[in-house]
Amino acid sequence: MTAAVQFTGVSRHYGEVRALDEVDLEVFEGEFFAMLGPSGSGKTTCLRLIAGFEQPTAGHIEIFGDTAEGVPPFRRNVNTVFQDYALFPHLNVIDNVAYGLMIRKVDKTERYRVAEEVLELVALPGLGRRRASELSGGQRQRVALARALVNKPRVLLLDEPLGALDLKLREQMQEELRTLHRQLGITFIFVTHDQTEALSMADRVALFREGRIVQTGTPQDIYRRPNSRFVADFVGSSNVLPPDFVAGVGGERRWASLRPEDLKLVADGGHAAVVAATNYLGGTTRLSLDAGELRLHALVPSSSIIPEPGDRVRIDWKAGDLHLMEDDA
Amino acid sequence: MSRSATAILPGRRGLAARLADALWRHPRLLLLLMLVLPVSWLGIVYLGSLASLLVQSFFSIDEFSGLINYQFTLKTYRELLIPANLDIIVRTVSMATAVTLAAVAVAFPIAYFAARYARGKWKAAFYIGVMLPLWSSYLVKVYAWKLVLAREGILTWLFDKLHLTWLLEAYLALPVIGGNSLSVSYSGTFLVFLYVWLPFMILPLQAALERVPTNLIEASADLGGSPRQTLRHVILPLALPGVIAGSIFTFSLTLGDYIIPQIIGSSRLFIGQAVYTHQGTAGNIPLAAAFAVVPIVVMGLYLWLARRAGAFDAL
Repeated sequence: MTAAVQFTGVSRHYGEVRALDEVDLEVFEGEFFAMLGPSGSGKTTCLRLIAGFEQPTAGHIEIFGDTAEGVPPFRRNVNTVFQDYALFPHLNVIDNVAYGLMIRKVDKTERYRVAEEVLELVALPGLGRRRASELSGGQRQRVALARALVNKPRVLLLDEPLGALDLKLREQMQEELRTLHRQLGITFIFVTHDQTEALSMADRVALFREGRIVQTGTPQDIYRRPNSRFVADFVGSSNVLPPDFVAGVGGERRWASLRPEDLKLVADGGHAAVVAATNYLGGTTRLSLDAGELRLHALVPSSSIIPEPGDRVRIDWKAGDLHLMEDDA
Repeated sequence: MSRSATAILPGRRGLAARLADALWRHPRLLLLLMLVLPVSWLGIVYLGSLASLLVQSFFSIDEFSGLINYQFTLKTYRELLIPANLDIIVRTVSMATAVTLAAVAVAFPIAYFAARYARGKWKAAFYIGVMLPLWSSYLVKVYAWKLVLAREGILTWLFDKLHLTWLLEAYLALPVIGGNSLSVSYSGTFLVFLYVWLPFMILPLQAALERVPTNLIEASADLGGSPRQTLRHVILPLALPGVIAGSIFTFSLTLGDYIIPQIIGSSRLFIGQAVYTHQGTAGNIPLAAAFAVVPIVVMGLYLWLARRAGAFDAL
């Protein structure tokens, strides 16, 4: 597969601050790629390097095989959906969407025709005369998307595009973005700090921490086989088990992760634990359990019998669900 | 924790406290109290005198007796349109236009630098640099310029040292903008107006440019806009309210000024000087009033046109 974006040893330093530090990254053509990480982990810097708003302090960036460092944003066939949409307040919706075409001196009737088409694509037809300030958050999101798509970019960058939307709208937009990605077949690179969003939408995920990528892989890889305590904890808040504990239950003396939904309450056998607290989450209930020195979490269906805090219970898991990690970072 | 604390604190005693509480409960009353003084100042002293000025302009003067005829007539306005008076109006409005356009051209790069790049001490240096001239008397600055521009002045000396006297002579030989020396030419008047009003253009322009979000500039570049296109299609439209605000200052201040053209310039009159002469020595208050109405009408027209052109759409 062709690499849409390739980073080789890319760093972006601001004085002493290493926003991005010797990152290698490969995004394939046509992929839906998510860059996941806590705030300040370098994922947005990475996106801004691809867009051309920032230049690397060291390293080499290629976009579809062409060198990208030193090339200004207006000479890249890459478009961005900004976090707070960045719609032009002095232009109405259709002029916002048609901005990229106006810049390319496409004549007025043609650019309005194309802009209206793109607005239809994002399910927002007929609002062209409105001002951006008159639209709801979800509608602004769609206008920003349409504006970024009007130039038919080869790579679409999305910077936490769903962050400002409420849950229901966010889920709907997640689905629509997936559909749009399939329809257009272009490369989507998506920045988010929300692990469920990254897991549910992306073909592959890169997990950032302190300016470096700690793991890249499919959502299944990242979730089932985290390579470090950080990944296990950040993605789906796993139970991180210390080497002594793992050795004590008959495993290798290494750090391991155990997903809360894989931890089962059993009638007998397994290990003893005391229920410390229960949290009702709707469909499931989260149990906090004390097993010796260790605090563990389990997700059980709310329809099952939920023990009370203070109850003594037995817990167990399948040997295959205990995932040993490569390093202990 | 002790249970003794009540959820609602007991009412306060004393007149001041009760008054403060009452004002908190009636925010409109507070607003009224705060506004009554400045609004009556504006309403009575300012708008009142403006109205009386307007009324005066509809009276006329009896040419023989020199007495004011208190009967409503458009005679004074007809007088305003005789060639000699019309000349004064055209001269003043052209000067104000030239000064405003030049002020925008000079102020924009300075304001842009201050808004986009200056941080920390550079920003402080900018504010001091722009405001410092305002701290000294306006008359001092105008007379200082006289020393710079006069025939025996600094500029003539400088041109002489650079062996460029011929250039200055050639410039002064030009019709309209030239003259005997820079200090008695329209060029001199223009330069001093430009210098004196420049801060009033820079500051609103800088404030407007500062409010243009960086991500809009990035969005424009992202969509293929070169820096020049971004300037034209994003930055200028969004900074336009600042340009208009600044030009209201430079335009109206030039329209009304009567000191600068008197000290530096040809002896031909500007509106401010005409008002001064007519209400003083000539005693023709109606004509002075009619002259004073001209800048108001011109500014009104200007703002109306700016509004129609969409200058305030981004507000």
